[in-house]
Formats: sequence, structure tokens, C-alpha cells
Amino acid sequence: MGVLENKFNDNIVVGSLDKFLSWSRSTSPWFFQFGLACCAIEMMATAAARHDLERIGMMPRSSPRQADVMIVAGTVTMKMALRVKKLYEQMANPKYVISMGSCATSGGPYWQHGYHVLKGVDLVVPVDVYVPGCPPRPEALIEGLLKLQQLISEERPLTRKIT
Amino acid sequence: MSFSEIKLLIQDRFPKSVIENENISEGQIEIDGSLWKEIATFLKNDPKLLFDQLECLTGIDTGEEGPLQSRYNLHSMELRHKIEIIISHDRKDPKVESIEQIWRIGDWFERETYDMFGIVYEGHRDLRRILCPDDWEGWPLRKDYELQETYHGIMVPKIKEEEGWE
Repeated sequence: MGVLENKFNDNIVVGSLDKFLSWSRSTSPWFFQFGLACCAIEMMATAAARHDLERIGMMPRSSPRQADVMIVAGTVTMKMALRVKKLYEQMANPKYVISMGSCATSGGPYWQHGYHVLKGVDLVVPVDVYVPGCPPRPEALIEGLLKLQQLISEERPLTRKIT
Repeated sequence: MSFSEIKLLIQDRFPKSVIENENISEGQIEIDGSLWKEIATFLKNDPKLLFDQLECLTGIDTGEEGPLQSRYNLHSMELRHKIEIIISHDRKDPKVESIEQIWRIGDWFERETYDMFGIVYEGHRDLRRILCPDDWEGWPLRKDYELQETYHGIMVPKIKEEEGWE
């Protein structure tokens, strides 16, 4: 760290607050736990013992107030779309959305004739990472979450506007 | 009890209600909807019929010219026989008496058929949509269904097979 290097005792790390904030955010994005369809089963499997999301700092929260990331896991019907939007609005900033699976991304198998299905959750909430698959395996979801963590760690909340 | 015997029993009791229709298959009886609640009570309580289970109630749209239909699949646990009752409705004003208080499962079955086809079950105590949102427009499983364009400001895209997104 340039001029400040070796000026302190051991166990003291010097860095910019900006980077520190985004690092701490990126390493513990708690996700909002709600499942809409079969993708939810994969999401649960991802959070369970074998894949163990807590090793990358993510744990499920049951309230939008305590969550940073919303994983939209499954088919969003028109009836649910309004609820998803409301839940997103209840989350505290900074907040992120992962669209998990084909249904949440584009309507999936309901793309053509599903009058009741929202054709992509990005019509109601802004999406940061899309995870393809029907449903995506836990490995795919973890890849998406790591991508999101990378996105968050590149943010500079003090000097740049949070997107 | 065989199907023809069941049909004869119903015909004896309600001679004007049974409609002869050659296009329907064995095990189906088409009846006139005006006395439906009385017929249903009879079907459930008559000691020779004892239809104690409503297995399914669904609607059918027979196309542009044809009527809407309600179809009731009845089964007797006691006597192990089953029939299907067909009631046709006028497309412009589809309504029939509710059997919700005779077979309790009819409560949700009728709400679902109302939701999808717009058939009004008169006398139902809580006839609301069951699957679609309460403020949804139109009856989705009818053949002449036109999708609404927006729902609370959310676009409902119409997708045609050749053209993709409209």
C-alpha cells in the first residue's frame, strides 16, 4: 500500500475504505429465501449440506428486510409478479436480483401459450445476473452467485454511484 | 348397476330432462340444466344410485358455434358404478345451478370452471376466481379468448407462432 507499508504492527491491514466496503458486501450477500417452482428445489439443494452456500458467505433469510439478494427461483405468474415487485421494494439498498432458470428469465416453456406467465422477471424488477437452465444445477447457481459477488466487489460505493 | 339401468332410473324420475344425443359415448348422459339441483340430489340420495363422490367437474368449449359444457364425473363408492353428466350452456349467458352444497368438493371445482370458462354456478356461496387474479379479464380456456394487453402496467406479450414477439 505504498507509503503506509510496514508502518504498522503485524495483523493490521491498510486499504481504502471504498474497496473494504465493497469487499465486505460481496463476501456476505444474504439471499432472500422464497421459491416459486421447481427451481426452488435446486436452490434449496444449493443451500443444503452438499453444496453449502454458507462457505461463500450466503445464507437464506426469510424476510426481505434482512436480505441483500433476491433469487427469483421459478415461474413468475402474473398474479405473483405484483408480489415479487412488492417484495423487491421492501428490500433495503443495496439490493440485487438473480433470475434463476428459464421461466424467470424469459417465461421458459410458457413462452408461447402461457397467458398467465410473466415473460421474464426483468419486466418488473431489475436483474443483475441471469442463470440459465431448466432448472439450473446447484453448480450453475453457484457460478451465478460468484458472478454476482464479483460484480459487487467491483463496485465503489463511496466514489461511484451504486447501480 | 349397469349404465343403461342408471339411465332408465333417471329417465323415469325426470322424463323431460334427459336429452338423447347420439354423439356422446357410453357412460355419458346429457341432461337439461333447469332441474339440475333436484337431479343431483336424487343421484346422491337414491338408494339404487348413491353417487357419493364427485370425481371431477370440468368445462368444455365445443368451438365457435357450439355451446359451453359442464361435465360432472360421478362415482359411487358404495355401489361401484360411475357416470358422466353433461350439461350444455348458452355461450352468451352460461349458467347452471350450483351443486356445491350437495358434494362439497364442488366448491373449488365450480370456482375453477368459473375461472376458466366463465360459467356461472348460481347459488354458490363464494363464487370467485380461484387461480387467476381477481381482476383478470376474460375466460382463459374459451376458444375465443383474447389476451389482455397489460395487467397493472405489466406488459402481457402476445406471441404468435410464425412472427415471434408481437
